[in-house]
Amino acid sequence: MDFTFTKDQQLYHDSVKRFLTAKVTTEYIRQSWASHTGSSAKLWQGLVELGLTAMLVPKAYQGLGMKLLDFILLAQECGRVALPEPLLETTMVATPILGTLAEKDPRCRSLLHKIAAGEARIAVLHTVNNLISDAHNADWLLLPKSDQLHLLARDQVRLTAQASIDPSRRLFTVEWQGSSETCLTSGTEGVALLAFILNCGALATAAQLLGLAEAMLAMTVQYTIDRQQFGRPIGANQALKHHLANCAVATEFAKAPLYRAAYTVSQRPSQADLAISHAKVAAGEAAVLTAKHCIQAHGAMGYTWECDLHIFMKRAWTLDKFWGPAGFHKNRLRLWLMDTKAKIGADQTFSTQS
Amino acid sequence: MDLEYTAEQKKFRQEVRRWLADHMPAEPLQSFDTDTGFKQHRRWEKTLAEGNFAMVTWPQKYGGRGCNLIEWLIFEEEYYRARAPLRVNQNGIFLLGPTLMEYGTSAQKTRYLTPMAKGEEIWAQGWSEPGAGSDMAAIRCKATRTGDTYVINGQKTWSTRAAFADWVFCIFRTDPDSLRHHGLSFILVPLNASGVTVRPIRQLNGLTGFAEIFFDDVQVPVENRLGEEGQGWQVAMATAGFERGLMLRSPARFQETAKQLVELYHSHRNDILDLSIEDAVVKSFMDAEAYALSTYQTASRLIKGGKIGSESSLNKIFWSELDQRMHETAMSILASRAELLPHAPAAENVGNWLDDFLFAQSGPIYAGANEIQRNIIAERLLGMPRK
Repeated sequence: MDFTFTKDQQLYHDSVKRFLTAKVTTEYIRQSWASHTGSSAKLWQGLVELGLTAMLVPKAYQGLGMKLLDFILLAQECGRVALPEPLLETTMVATPILGTLAEKDPRCRSLLHKIAAGEARIAVLHTVNNLISDAHNADWLLLPKSDQLHLLARDQVRLTAQASIDPSRRLFTVEWQGSSETCLTSGTEGVALLAFILNCGALATAAQLLGLAEAMLAMTVQYTIDRQQFGRPIGANQALKHHLANCAVATEFAKAPLYRAAYTVSQRPSQADLAISHAKVAAGEAAVLTAKHCIQAHGAMGYTWECDLHIFMKRAWTLDKFWGPAGFHKNRLRLWLMDTKAKIGADQTFSTQS
Repeated sequence: MDLEYTAEQKKFRQEVRRWLADHMPAEPLQSFDTDTGFKQHRRWEKTLAEGNFAMVTWPQKYGGRGCNLIEWLIFEEEYYRARAPLRVNQNGIFLLGPTLMEYGTSAQKTRYLTPMAKGEEIWAQGWSEPGAGSDMAAIRCKATRTGDTYVINGQKTWSTRAAFADWVFCIFRTDPDSLRHHGLSFILVPLNASGVTVRPIRQLNGLTGFAEIFFDDVQVPVENRLGEEGQGWQVAMATAGFERGLMLRSPARFQETAKQLVELYHSHRNDILDLSIEDAVVKSFMDAEAYALSTYQTASRLIKGGKIGSESSLNKIFWSELDQRMHETAMSILASRAELLPHAPAAENVGNWLDDFLFAQSGPIYAGANEIQRNIIAERLLGMPRK
């Protein structure tokens, strides 16, 4: 039993954090809003060179063969800087899905090679969202239809842009016609993979929400130190201290559920639904609470376009509702918990129940 | 990261489970805040010590097993799962014990730890004073040194377990000219010493869980001091860290409460009209799990040489407010029967929820009020300005 990250995981985390903090500044994000695609080839190349797109691709397809657990701290960093690139849909959602199909499907194998090399981006649709993000930049789209999962090239679908309050989020509805050629899988396997997509999406989102909460809290603490009223920093006021302390508590107790969820996906898939739903709810609550207290601490400044807080706040509000809002995930937990056969209690946290 | 127990840890769990099954008292013990209950609980501590289960993390020479923190968590899980008696000596084993390990001389460790583990000496805590509650640095109670003796005068209050305990660990002002955190010393006092008067205080449930202690020229030898003279604040802060941190409230306690809450919900399901109750039950389960997961994470970190500091304030807020919410939910489920005392004829199957609900109200107050914890988090963890 060891609930810590390895030295290697921590070192890699540090280098990705340094890269993202240096490159993905709020100035950069504001510039990206004005661009047509919202995306930068140069930044993407930097992410590729760090090995991020290759990490979860199996070694057989020129990837690094790592696990979602190895990626979870990095996903948290993507949230911390409010990364405006579709990195996590490609790496944390599409890659594991293609990986499970690769052995029997040459299309998936070739796509994994390209993902590892940074030459392909994948957008993923799921019924829980109905909107697909960054499809305009994607080379391929993973699309569900009842028990089927299809893979279509971008020029095989029709996208309609759906403007979001978060200018970094490029959302679309998609019209498409699948065929037996585009269908990757169906039936029992299809259903299982669609569920897996949902879990991977929710896990990646939970990690970002946690990073966003930490980012908002850090910038707001700084603001309460710098901003003076009544001849002293506003952060000296207990009311603000207690608001922000509550954010720290919520954020802290969303961490272990997130890391447990990332571990569970690869090590105990039968418990992944519960672990991921817990992580998503806890991270969403932490981020939304933090957004609320942070805008309050910023006062009128927090309500402006000029203040950077809204970059993170809007991402928190939107991601909290994406890949299953709190109600969806709480309901998955509720259905399990209210079944009298659910094994709960002090000795059950790490038990191997299904 | 490896979230599986080792074969040895699984074996240890089975050993604890079997031992508890063989040794659990046949009947639930009375509250340790009664004379009879206190004696029953003292006997239970002795039974635990005979099984070498008094404090599994302590070194073997003091009656422990040298277990690491993961094994301690396993022990606690089995302990609460078995619904074993609450620990009457928690001030000793969970607070003073770890402090002795860190600051005690080897003579002090030998003198105090073994009788503590065996339940022969039950400890009370003596920090608060009428004028020093949240503002603990305002302590006025004096210990004046004359040769090899301290002469103690003053008053302590809210001393948990003092009504029936044998010893109390206190902080006194040893330098009369000192201010605030300086000039304090951490001193151990036998409650049967001449000049000590204990006046029990009745709590919400009518029992005397804590007391006032009056010191009137009480003499204790200098070797009863823990740490250096004047170092009392640092020693006390280490104890407070244990209290808020890992030791005092193990997650198993809340996980079992959450489990009972789910069971209570099931048994009243058809009478419940308030839809928010089910949500509160689900949330209770999630939060108890989160606290357990977080504790495993902290324990793993500490095993690898990490330290726990102001983060323990995050824990204290989380578990105490979780405990309050869980018991509020139970009261809502029990509805009009929630207020009934256990001996009321209609109180069948209401369990201990009422008494535990009352106790849950104290969680955000004791071990440093949650408002103080929030200040600590804001100032020390987040770096917000003190003024």
